[in-house]
Amino acid sequence: MKKYLAMLLAGALSVSLLAGCGGDSGSSASSTGSAGSAGSASSTGSDSSAADGTTFKLGGTGPLTGGASIYGLAAQRGAQIAVDEIAEAGGDIQFTLRYEDDVHDAEKAVNAYNTLKEWGMQISLGSVTSKPGEATSVLNYEDRIFALTPSASSPAVIESKDNVFQMCFSDPNQGLASAQYISEQNLGEKVFIIWKNDDVYSTGIKDQFVTEAEALNLNVVGDATFTTDSQTDFTVQLTQAQQAGADLLFLPIYYDAASLILSQANAMGYDPAIFGVDGMDGILTVDGFDPALAEGVMLLTPFNADAQDEATQAFVQKYQAQYGEVPNQFAADAYDCVYALKQALETAGCTPDMSAEDICTKLIEVFPTITFEGLTGDGAGITWDSTGAVSKSPKGMVIQNGAYVGMD
Amino acid sequence: MDFLTLMDYLIRGLSLGSIYAIIALGYTMVYGIAKMLNFAHGDVIMVGAYICFFTMNRVGAMFDPETQALAAAVAPALAGVLLSMVVCTVLGVVIEGLAYKPLRQAPSLAVLITAIGVSYFLQNAAQLLWTSSPKYFSPIVGSGQVQAGPLTISHVILVTIVACVVIMLALTFFTNKTKMGKAMRAVSEDKGAAQLMGINVNRTISMTFAIGSALAAIAGVLLCSAYPTLTPTTGSMPGIKAFTAAVFGGIGSIPGALLGGLLLGIIEIFASAYISTQLSTAVVFGVLIVILLVKPAGLLGKTVREKV
Amino acid sequence: MTSLKTMKKSTRTSFLTYAMVVVAFVIVQSLRVFKDGGVGAVLEGQLIPICAYITVALALNLVVGVSGELSLGHAGFMSIGAFMGCAMASALQDSVTLAPLRLAISMIFGAVLAGLFGFLIGIPVLRLNGDYLAIVTLAFGEIIKSIITNVYLGVDKDGLQFSFLTDRNQLAEGGIALIKGPMGVNNSARISTFVAGFILVMITLIVVFNLVNSRAGRAIMAARDNRIAAESVGISVTKYKMMAFVTSAALAGAAGTLYGCSQVTFTATKFDFNTSILILVFVVLGGLGNMWGTVIAAAALTILPEALREFADYRMLVYAIVLILVMLATNNPTIQSGLSRLIQRLKAGKGGEEQ
Repeated sequence: MKKYLAMLLAGALSVSLLAGCGGDSGSSASSTGSAGSAGSASSTGSDSSAADGTTFKLGGTGPLTGGASIYGLAAQRGAQIAVDEIAEAGGDIQFTLRYEDDVHDAEKAVNAYNTLKEWGMQISLGSVTSKPGEATSVLNYEDRIFALTPSASSPAVIESKDNVFQMCFSDPNQGLASAQYISEQNLGEKVFIIWKNDDVYSTGIKDQFVTEAEALNLNVVGDATFTTDSQTDFTVQLTQAQQAGADLLFLPIYYDAASLILSQANAMGYDPAIFGVDGMDGILTVDGFDPALAEGVMLLTPFNADAQDEATQAFVQKYQAQYGEVPNQFAADAYDCVYALKQALETAGCTPDMSAEDICTKLIEVFPTITFEGLTGDGAGITWDSTGAVSKSPKGMVIQNGAYVGMD
Repeated sequence: MDFLTLMDYLIRGLSLGSIYAIIALGYTMVYGIAKMLNFAHGDVIMVGAYICFFTMNRVGAMFDPETQALAAAVAPALAGVLLSMVVCTVLGVVIEGLAYKPLRQAPSLAVLITAIGVSYFLQNAAQLLWTSSPKYFSPIVGSGQVQAGPLTISHVILVTIVACVVIMLALTFFTNKTKMGKAMRAVSEDKGAAQLMGINVNRTISMTFAIGSALAAIAGVLLCSAYPTLTPTTGSMPGIKAFTAAVFGGIGSIPGALLGGLLLGIIEIFASAYISTQLSTAVVFGVLIVILLVKPAGLLGKTVREKV
Repeated sequence: MTSLKTMKKSTRTSFLTYAMVVVAFVIVQSLRVFKDGGVGAVLEGQLIPICAYITVALALNLVVGVSGELSLGHAGFMSIGAFMGCAMASALQDSVTLAPLRLAISMIFGAVLAGLFGFLIGIPVLRLNGDYLAIVTLAFGEIIKSIITNVYLGVDKDGLQFSFLTDRNQLAEGGIALIKGPMGVNNSARISTFVAGFILVMITLIVVFNLVNSRAGRAIMAARDNRIAAESVGISVTKYKMMAFVTSAALAGAAGTLYGCSQVTFTATKFDFNTSILILVFVVLGGLGNMWGTVIAAAALTILPEALREFADYRMLVYAIVLILVMLATNNPTIQSGLSRLIQRLKAGKGGEEQ
């Protein structure tokens, strides 16, 4: 009896699921569900007009749940703010945004992408994180859906795909720029690297950094790693750095681990100069973090929430009002993505009734030609080459009295 | 490899190990009594840490650090620890009552999967309630240090090790001397016989969950004091490692959990210091396998001979 | 069909299971071929992973259900199969141009290697029992994960190049990096197909049923039910448990290759403790030793998180609750008797209407 009951349940479950899956593709019910979850009145408004083809269907995947969800949620929210702003301002180019959860997993990202495809996505924001990004970008390429990813920074994301572009620096470029910056500004005699062994982002930056450092005669005295499983105690790595006599720590990692390293170094009484990359941005916004620990930390980042220009401040204000948090670079990159797409669509003269493939063909032509002014662009403007790689100048920042200050 | 660094690593290992030991106690007690692997234990730790974090912020804001220096230093920490213990105890008992009690007669694997379900539930509920952006947990005892000869030891490490020893002693006393403790041991020996002797088995099991969860709250506070980033997944990896530690020492044995936890912490630090930071996890598990091959029931576990 | 009733129960079960899988395959495949839009993009993308999960769940059920040992590290075998199989597939890209043949060779290679590891791990592991065995398999899963994260494997015209911990491979022009340490594998071609997945599931079912219903299978189950009694009648318990374990590891390896070759990219961290647990959930929900239940559970639970997308942020929370409720409903005597009474009443009600 027990077995049959179990089977009955499982059977009923699977039947109902199959029924749910095989349902009419791109049903409006599901899109309302997701847009509604983004929690904004205007998006629901634009959603209804999506049915009659007056807005572009913009889709993206990112980790909205699980350990990496901070990045996915930030991107989703940043993009949503841009979409709402565009809706408020009115105009011919309007978007309906839909983000799907990929739990920072390549397989789930494919599922999320396919869900968006069924919905009728015309333009894609790719994936938020690198590994899922590598998976979905191949599908973008095969399905001819144009993608501009805010933050999937591995070079494999855009490699040999003509219709996938990045808003962020690629990982090797960050490593390259960091090494050059440290060497030019003479920031340290002996460099020690602490990187995350099972992370694509961290490994990508570190590899290129080491190569470039050799070329520049930068003295890298050693490196140590950690993994997701051992992301608690950094004493050993720090002691190794101390014993190697390092006066500069290069940390190509995200800020959650970096905040631990800073506090443990402080507890050890070890005070080297610290140099981070864009993943370090966000450290000052960690709830409860003592900014004094981050005093003097240098980082190369395209965005900082403390910038004084009007656009950044308006964005930060809106973000804080809606979500109660200070936006990080993921939010800013996604925000820029939406506006860059808007600009490109205007330039190309695309209309929402065009097919994804036609839009894709036009955008591929247009994107390398535009210069885009965004939050992450340092005033000089952002441009792309035809490989999909972005060109913008990273800003060297240093944290002083709990705020970013430009280093030059 | 100089001696001072070695000692420093040893102390770090002891501190990390003490935390593992306190978590492992929760695993081992529940296993001893209910014969189930409570995979949600790691997530109860996370809940405890969050409760403590928010209480400390709230209570901390009520005192002016200049005029009421002592109160401002002690009250938030005390309130945080106590409240998180209370919340976790309630949570532990509720989880046990809703999810595990109905499965008392079910095969152990069914209970295991339910525990995993509870673990997913807690993690996702925490993410919805408290968002996934990390919280920075300021140590409950401040960031002071003591100088012991040439070694510098932070207050957090001292408190962690002391807390671990105190909890150990208290638990040993509890299980050996009190009526409830004796009932717990009786239930873990033989449920049926214990019931015949008039012991309320269900209440004893709930009590075990309550104690285990209160310990989880303390472990959470200590874990986040030593390693201050707090996210909804903070508890899962230490949970798995502490489970390993419990098996290391012999699951079901309270001194075994202590020994297993301490050893695991020390091995982890030494492996990353002297072998490879990349392979430290592999080394920890490798040592575990070797130990289990030599002593199949763990270091202090009793090998039960099967009678024919 | 009278013969169906006169069949031995075990034969009937296996026959029905084959039939169920074939029917499901035929339905899905004909939808894909004949219906415009097929089964929908989401399900289409999940078909091969579902086949892989079904295979690895069946393999695990052989260990957990039939042999009675809890393994928490089966994702490790999948990982070996995925990495080695995909490396093989990429290396053979030029020499074996026929994709199905290449996939078959890679799968066999992945299965053999995973089976070999299963044997090596089985020697120490199967001496233990109960939860100690579980924790050792968990440990092996973690060790495999952290070792593969540090493997760099490349191939060029001079042959294979291998390095560990740091990438010291100097690949000549035209060489391919097969495994790139933490970066994992990037497949240039995805050669897995749904048909291949179906064939693998069928082969797995045949292997599992033949093993279970053979002399060896009865010995394995005897050892599970009472080790001492089995030993006393001269059954070599370790040998038979090893047989189940190695078979299971090899099948998991083949499933890994199928999975790996269907993905654009994957890393060693994909096959972690959580994945092992996920597979275990399939097995327990499907029923220990119940193969057709496992097939249904693996398929249903792979689709479930996708079907829950409408819940948006609450998706995984709902998944957790469903998991707990299903476990309670299938294992709690009170709820069970309540449910069966309800079903009986419904049946009676229906019967009444028809009259």
